[in-house]
Amino acid sequence: MSDLTKLSLSEAVSGLRNKQFSSREITQAHLDAMEQARSLNAYLTETPDKALKMADASDAKIAKGEGGALEGAPIGIKDLFCVDGVKTCAGSKILGDFTPPYESTVTAKLWDDGAVMLGKLNMDEFAMGSSNENSAFGNVISPWQRKGSNTAMVPGGSSGGSASAVAADLCLAATGTDTGGSIRQPAAFTGLVGIKPTYGRCSRYGIVAFASSLDQAGPITKTVEDAALMLASMSGFDEKDSTSLQRDVPDFVSACTKSLKGMRIGIPKEYRMDGMPEEIEKLWQQGIAWLRDAGCEIVDVSLPHTKYALPAYYIVAPAEASSNLARYDGMRYGVRVDGDDLNSTYERTRAQGFGEEVRRRIMIGTYVLSAGFYDAYYIRAQKVRARIAEDFRDAWEKCDALLTPTTPSAAFGIGEVSDDPVQMYLNDVFTVTANLAGLPGISIPAALDHQGLPLGLQVIGKALDEETCFAVGGALERAAGFTAKAKKWW
Amino acid sequence: MSVNAENVKKIARLARLEVPEERLEPLAKELNDLLGWIEQLNEVDVDGVEPMTSAVETQIHLREDEITDGNIRDQVLANAPKSEEGFFVVPKAVE
Repeated sequence: MSDLTKLSLSEAVSGLRNKQFSSREITQAHLDAMEQARSLNAYLTETPDKALKMADASDAKIAKGEGGALEGAPIGIKDLFCVDGVKTCAGSKILGDFTPPYESTVTAKLWDDGAVMLGKLNMDEFAMGSSNENSAFGNVISPWQRKGSNTAMVPGGSSGGSASAVAADLCLAATGTDTGGSIRQPAAFTGLVGIKPTYGRCSRYGIVAFASSLDQAGPITKTVEDAALMLASMSGFDEKDSTSLQRDVPDFVSACTKSLKGMRIGIPKEYRMDGMPEEIEKLWQQGIAWLRDAGCEIVDVSLPHTKYALPAYYIVAPAEASSNLARYDGMRYGVRVDGDDLNSTYERTRAQGFGEEVRRRIMIGTYVLSAGFYDAYYIRAQKVRARIAEDFRDAWEKCDALLTPTTPSAAFGIGEVSDDPVQMYLNDVFTVTANLAGLPGISIPAALDHQGLPLGLQVIGKALDEETCFAVGGALERAAGFTAKAKKWW
Repeated sequence: MSVNAENVKKIARLARLEVPEERLEPLAKELNDLLGWIEQLNEVDVDGVEPMTSAVETQIHLREDEITDGNIRDQVLANAPKSEEGFFVVPKAVE
């Protein structure tokens, strides 16, 4: 029955509903695939007992003609989401064996809709990274390899375990989170669809906080329709998150096939970067041609503050992270490393519990928030952020959505970029603007490069207009006809 | 604005991160590289711009001021590195 892992989420949901196979069968097929794929290091915690129990409950519901939109479908959960009774450590050693006695709102919604949990997925520590090389529990390996090479490739990050697991058919879909590109970049690197919705669309309650004004949950999936199905389940107002938006969740699934006739697509000229591989430019032009064929009008737009997005991000995100991560003091949960007194206990706990990149960002964040520097760094960055948001508002006068590449390159090999933090940060150059402005962005797999690695196109929409992202994303998906899969070597 | 080993020591202290003496200089270099890259924000004209506080303008949701939670002491303590008789056990903080 291993073919069941090859289904898309929506195919699986309809197969389950029509009783072509049971949730126990499709869940077991995924558990078997996970067992064979441990070399990818995609899962940190496998929960087979919980999975089969949930699957049986789903089968009982389906037998009675009941069940939710995802009834019986096995999925993976990024380790940033608290799941009641399941170890949650955010890819960090500092949380020890932390086992939350409560459930994140997003996962609660997924279980309410009948999804089955397979386990917790590996990630960069506290979601800080673009390659999954910052996990305290080892690199995640991408199922993709360069043509004729067996160099281990990164799946992107920080939702690298999610991307690797979906691409290797180790779950039908996965949750991710995106603070600067952490859903869209790994989706692009692994030939998948990933959407970061409007800030506030998904509740952040029960998601381990990194940078609270930027963090958003979203899905990584095999198809655009799957992303719509997942996001519909994950979205919605939540009293427990004061930044969650009190808006109705539109019908994302039917948006995927909406006509694009007369839609205006903006092409931001600032996204044409020096040194960007020609293949990326070619793919972008191809995307433009596909959308023109679908009836769109293509317009040139300018987002003049684009180049300042990453430096602004690297003030705002570390500043918020240094505050959020102050809670890891070794007193109430997680690991404690004893010192000579209270302060040295704090300092040792944090020095040994956090990895290098996390410590670096805490230092930067502490510095930019410290007395005398707050205005020069943090306030200035928030003003630049306002400028970036204004760029988008100006662009919406001329267009309904933007088309850009998702990343400035295809995936790279493990260890090939990690020496220079700024080089690594550049991975997010096209994705981070949507986080700063709070806008929805979706990445669609569009082509393979000359090395045989996937490349993605990104659609950025207006605030609360995920429907247009899905509509344009659906059209790109149909035009690209991207069906490539990583050849199984694991 | 550039950072020296002495500043790094102070930042590490504020951040409650133990940094060994021999790491102070290399860390100062790393931080300076990053801060140098961030300096480009000074090129942006931000005169009269209000710092951004939220992505989507929205009214904050208010709820009734009533207790919705509580009586979960054992759950709260379940993940503590050290606890005793319903309390967290922490190093002595007052001499």
